[in-house]
Amino acid sequence: MNHRYKATGQNSAGRKQSMQCRQKEIHAASGDYVIQRKQAAMNTKITDRIRDDFPLLINTQEAYLDNAATSQKPQCVIDAVEDFYRRSNANPLRGLYELSFQATDRYEAAREAVARFIHAGESAEIIFTRNTTESLNLVAYSYGLANLHEGDEIVVSITEHHSNILPWQMVAARTGAKLIYLECEPDGRITDESIERTITEKARLVAVGEVSNVTGRRNPVEKIIAKAHSVGAVTVVDGAQSTPHMPVDVQALDTDFFAFSGHKLLGPMGIGVLYGKRELLEAMPPFLTGGEMIQTVTREGAVWAELPHKFEAGTVNAADAVGLHAAIDYITGLGFEAIMEREEALTALAMEGMKKIPHLQLIGSEDPAEHNGILNFVIDGVHPHDISAILDADGIDVRAGHHCAQPLLNHLGYRSTTRASLMFYNTEEEIGRLLESLATVRRRMGYQD
Amino acid sequence: MSNRSFYNEILTEHNMHPDFKHPLPDADLVLEGVNPTCGDDIFLRLKVDENDTIIDGAYDGDGCAISQASADIMLGLIVGRPREEALHLADIFIRMIKKEATDEEIEELEEASVLQDISHMPSRVKCAVLGWHTLQEIFKPSGRKTAEENAVRMRPRN
Repeated sequence: MNHRYKATGQNSAGRKQSMQCRQKEIHAASGDYVIQRKQAAMNTKITDRIRDDFPLLINTQEAYLDNAATSQKPQCVIDAVEDFYRRSNANPLRGLYELSFQATDRYEAAREAVARFIHAGESAEIIFTRNTTESLNLVAYSYGLANLHEGDEIVVSITEHHSNILPWQMVAARTGAKLIYLECEPDGRITDESIERTITEKARLVAVGEVSNVTGRRNPVEKIIAKAHSVGAVTVVDGAQSTPHMPVDVQALDTDFFAFSGHKLLGPMGIGVLYGKRELLEAMPPFLTGGEMIQTVTREGAVWAELPHKFEAGTVNAADAVGLHAAIDYITGLGFEAIMEREEALTALAMEGMKKIPHLQLIGSEDPAEHNGILNFVIDGVHPHDISAILDADGIDVRAGHHCAQPLLNHLGYRSTTRASLMFYNTEEEIGRLLESLATVRRRMGYQD
Repeated sequence: MSNRSFYNEILTEHNMHPDFKHPLPDADLVLEGVNPTCGDDIFLRLKVDENDTIIDGAYDGDGCAISQASADIMLGLIVGRPREEALHLADIFIRMIKKEATDEEIEELEEASVLQDISHMPSRVKCAVLGWHTLQEIFKPSGRKTAEENAVRMRPRN
């Protein structure tokens, strides 16, 4: 596949740092370090120049439109991870020497950045995990198994990714609690009536994704959380698809738990977050046991460490947490207002073009603002895998299949679909290429029109 | 290779106008083949005589053009042949996809040889071999069923 890449011979280290990446400069001074953040240029318009911040985008001619699966990484994130290993690498939280203190400080600074990013009350409520899936499993195994009982109901939205369904199926199977689905309309909408009808006095836990990875629609999480709390249920919100595209305030939402992944919001793979309210986290048993999560261990037992370390067994992923910190700074520097404006404009352009392509049906809302960059569609008579293969041949990367949301696809009446998902660094030119290629799909599969 | 040229006329024709995609209520052998990575699945149905010669065959299912066309081409090739010959062709086909078959062997596959280039597209290999793997399994004792309700779910090997 080498032919698809420009042979620029550019070395990322030799490339001059861009505007956004220069906002954060890390200085080494007599074995100490300080992080200096210049005042971010808030809410300036994002242009195609933003791509200069992303080494992969500079070096590819492909249109990367699979951002809901994972995002590309800006140079500053790559640099932050590398810098941690070059200058601060030691096992955090344990060593009684300067280098380990540094590693700990940078790791904990990342936790504070995450707390500010999602407006948590305190950084002790932020637990680092590998990804959203691990965060949700942590809640299921720790909170779920300890607190759910036969006769209780677990309410899960039908719009969920498998990672917010399977842990609850496990809890239901082990505890005897009943799994109930919060149904949606054919366009993916969850109605007030459905919320009222489904979340009853028996509900003890309600799990819902903030944004669907299939329809792109934001669920009415405020209403769902309020209803859940009114019947005494705890709430688990999967923020994997919302955190890259909109501001999140866990305290305003009043959700009990909130999970997301770093890699979908420009951060490294392998670092994720679980937010939980302090009183719940304190009462929960550990998920994994071992090193770094204890105060004392005897032959018979152990005393668990304070929050958040109780839930971070083993050597932590400090370097990628530092990378996530850089990603959060980068996104905050751009500002969600500018990000949302750019993504909505690109989505509107794509939707307008898709409407003109015969035999193509877009799934979800008619309103571009309700897609959050996710464009899921089918073309009559052409299997989604063939659509994806044809787009691939034209240098366009999309996702085809069930998007890890088989129950939702079945509910909406599809076996599989094709999904293009956008990020602020995509361009009008890429949307144009997508539309041009889509318009040829049926002909290339042997149809006359 | 670019798959711009991969969806050639033979494949698209078999996909759009299959010869063997229909019910076969009096089938002697039925087996479902599933490709767990992409969810493609087919039901392969064969009618065989007392000597295990395939006297009729059909398939239905849901999947990409490659999996569907490959199954359709396969049935065109094996209906009328004894079991051993059908399995011999399945063996060649699967080796062709692994780039292990000789040119002479590939010639035996007639129309199915158009799928040769799939070996350059790792993500589509499983689609191409789905029907052929199901054919290999259907003659095994575990695959030998006389009624659809006895059909077992088969997972093609990687």
